[in-house]
Amino acid sequence: MNGAAGRWLREHLVLMLGLLVLVYTFVPIAVVVLMSFNAPRGRNAVYQFNGFTLDNWLNPCADADLCSALGVSIRVGLLATVVATALGTLAAFALVRHDFAGRSASNVLIFLPMAAPEIVMGSSLLALFVSAGFAGQLGFWTILIAHVMFCLSFVVVTVRSRLAGMDDTLEQAAMDLYATPLQTFLRVTLPLVFPGILGAALLSFSLSFDDFIVTNLNSGSTVTFPMFVYGAAQRGVPMQVNVIGTLMFVVSIVIVVASELNNRRRSRALT
Amino acid sequence: MSLLAEAPDQVADDTPYDGLRLRSVTKAFASFTAVDGLDLDVPRGSFFALLGPSGCGKTTTLRMVAGLETPTSGSITLAGQDITYAKPYRRPVNTVFQSYALFPHLDIFENVAFGLRRRRSADVKTQVHEMLELVELTSQARKKPAQLSGGQQQRVALARALINKPEVLLLDEPLGALDLKLRRSMQIEIKRIQTEVGLTFVHVTHDQEEAMTMADTVAVMNKGLIEQMGAPAELYENPRSTFVANFLGQSNLIEGAVLSRSADVTTVDMQGISVSVPTGRTHTDDAAGWVGIRPEKVLIGEEGEALDAPGNTIPGGVVSDVSFVGVSTQYLVRMPWGQELQVFEQNTGRRRRFAPGERVELSWRPEYAFLLDRSQDAGAGAVAGVLA
Amino acid sequence: MSDTERRRGKVGYLLLLPAVLWLGLFFVVPFYSLLATSLFDQSGSDFRGYEMDYAFGNYVDVLRDYWQPLVRSLLYGAIATAICLVLGYVLAYAIAFKAGRWKNLMLVLVIAPFFTSFLIRTLSWKLILSDDGFIVNVLQAVHLLGDDGRLLATPVAVVAGLTYNFLPFMVLPLFASIDKIDHRLIEASGDLYAHPVVGFFKVTWPLSLPGVVSGTLLTFIPAVGDYINAQLLGSTNQRVIGSVIESQFTDANNYPVAAALSMVLMALIVVMVLVYVRRAGTEELL
Repeated sequence: MNGAAGRWLREHLVLMLGLLVLVYTFVPIAVVVLMSFNAPRGRNAVYQFNGFTLDNWLNPCADADLCSALGVSIRVGLLATVVATALGTLAAFALVRHDFAGRSASNVLIFLPMAAPEIVMGSSLLALFVSAGFAGQLGFWTILIAHVMFCLSFVVVTVRSRLAGMDDTLEQAAMDLYATPLQTFLRVTLPLVFPGILGAALLSFSLSFDDFIVTNLNSGSTVTFPMFVYGAAQRGVPMQVNVIGTLMFVVSIVIVVASELNNRRRSRALT
Repeated sequence: MSLLAEAPDQVADDTPYDGLRLRSVTKAFASFTAVDGLDLDVPRGSFFALLGPSGCGKTTTLRMVAGLETPTSGSITLAGQDITYAKPYRRPVNTVFQSYALFPHLDIFENVAFGLRRRRSADVKTQVHEMLELVELTSQARKKPAQLSGGQQQRVALARALINKPEVLLLDEPLGALDLKLRRSMQIEIKRIQTEVGLTFVHVTHDQEEAMTMADTVAVMNKGLIEQMGAPAELYENPRSTFVANFLGQSNLIEGAVLSRSADVTTVDMQGISVSVPTGRTHTDDAAGWVGIRPEKVLIGEEGEALDAPGNTIPGGVVSDVSFVGVSTQYLVRMPWGQELQVFEQNTGRRRRFAPGERVELSWRPEYAFLLDRSQDAGAGAVAGVLA
Repeated sequence: MSDTERRRGKVGYLLLLPAVLWLGLFFVVPFYSLLATSLFDQSGSDFRGYEMDYAFGNYVDVLRDYWQPLVRSLLYGAIATAICLVLGYVLAYAIAFKAGRWKNLMLVLVIAPFFTSFLIRTLSWKLILSDDGFIVNVLQAVHLLGDDGRLLATPVAVVAGLTYNFLPFMVLPLFASIDKIDHRLIEASGDLYAHPVVGFFKVTWPLSLPGVVSGTLLTFIPAVGDYINAQLLGSTNQRVIGSVIESQFTDANNYPVAAALSMVLMALIVVMVLVYVRRAGTEELL
């Protein structure tokens, strides 16, 4: 290749390919958004676009099972997030700020759930519940236990990296400026680690909300949103599922863009 | 630069000393001893510099005064009060950290107000504004630290510590992150502020020029101990050890044997030439020593040329290297005994420049020479000084 | 100089205790239950209970009956991981080195689609790959696919779904690694007469290996265990191991067999990961 065009192409080839991959990741999302406006033809298993309607958006709970599953997922998600974020944050502080025998063993223990396949985690938890005689009591609480378990590691890792990246002379400076240990924690440490904790909480919620494999094994007769979708996929999917999918996408984009704009605003003020 | 060196008070230990006093302070870490039985008196109201290469224990000393490290043994008293084991937030000492350690989530005003608020001080607003005025940052009060330049951040760090009117203000290499030009102006700025507020400043640095520019008293630290302490000029002109001679500026150190000692002078046989050193500048009782002379005190001339240096004339040198550095010309002269001596000559324009290979004579006024302990390493502090 | 050392003492244990207890109780202990269950007598049931009789025969049965889904899962996972690596590397490289001030935006865009439910995304692929969908029509038009050929219910669709769903697990570690590479190193290799392609293989690729290793592991492990893609996009007679385990647990209630299968899957993954990590020469990552 030669000439300006050739050079331009060579310069931007990788970027073009990268953008192409990016576009590919958005194709299914486009379909989800499109299908959220789809007028279904009866409740058939054929999943295709029949015509435009706003019905799905106006009546997202037309299928009562969908909304009750959604409710379960939100409740599990919120509870699992609170518990996992609390326990995980404490553990992250212990691992970064404290020294004790068994610290590296604990680090390994934290790492393992992230590396184990979900089907194995789910089935071993089920094996425990069954052998402990809880086979009949599977439901909301066993789902919650499972979700906290697999969210925990992600919380620890997220908060830990934020903590480790924090300059500890800031805390020394606070102490030097007459702040007691408690004041130092509340006024310096916590505000600085907070973005990490918030990020960990968001991650926990989305992990919990999205989980199918572990949940499916330990849910008994309780149905979460992903389980509802999975079940519906066999029978015929109510189009409202796509409304939920679109909403999830939009909400998360708004959160991310808002925080990004916030960062931009701060860094622009720099000059 | 103030030359009013206050000699360490020679008050007995039991009468309260109004400055900062360290007595046989030792700090041992698992693998090494950072500070080893350190004694130090910092007079109230002085600008005191702890100068030394990295790893000499100066920062550890500072952190012990701040309460961020606990001494393994020894005691620290401040205005007669024992603060050895006091918590950092319970001692009237504030620190300007090397990295500034400004709270990124608080604006400049709140950073400066932090200490006052913790102590529930009245009238925070007025005090902060006064302090921001002092460091000329009034217009930046509502910005976040990340929005300020390095020099401005530095001033915020200073203001944040100063506002608490501490008994002692500690500065931990506060100018290390600034570029040379800014550093020079901040040195003068900090010195001005210290004179204005009249607080005791203890400044830790590895930059000898910075220490000499700012401090009334400089303590040169090496391997956990104070090598020598005094006014900058005194340290420079009359170093007592090879470490100080090399770390503060540069020195020619030439081996010699003591011929005689009188009340005023010590006469030394230096490589076959008899030279004299004032008694007050003789820092060894041994039969041998290092004759020291600063390169800018050495005069260079043609063989037989009469130079303004009655006394010591050392013939037989050959110029081996010439560097023209603007204000001066720096020569390396190989002497008959094989050693290369450094000679700096001011570029007054009155004298011609010598070329490599020319035969020259060196001389210096006896009152500029000093005699150091032969058992000390002639290279001590030289590399540390260059790297620092 | 000395940073403040980590504080010693009991507080650390107290902070760590809840998390470790939770993981111990609901992650470590279950593994023992799983191991124990895998050795129970197969003739037991929920009602009569199970008997521990060290039935190592369960493993023989499992391997004999289900070696095909096992191999299929590993194969699907490996292929999907390889494709993810190629796509992910291009994307991560473009973001790290070519995106300039759009870097953050592109990173956000990489993650954004994956905030929509995994299942909904996969359903969406079902529609895209459906028999009268756009892709099948195009492929038929260019005769890459026969007139009655289809994508849905084939291994191709399953691998495509896996690739899509686990792509971010590949991109993010790759990006983290590539972004850390000092661009001057690549310039230096050019300065030392390396053609850009040579420079890539001699400098960029080796320096990005930590990202490659963690990315492939993070993709491969969940991809092997996944059965949603196979269930929604694949054919019912080409089952993957995850789906077998699930149905043995929930439909057949044959806990010993399901547990033994889980153990085998875990063991295979561990072995493959260890071999892979050793060959990649990055043991220190683990």
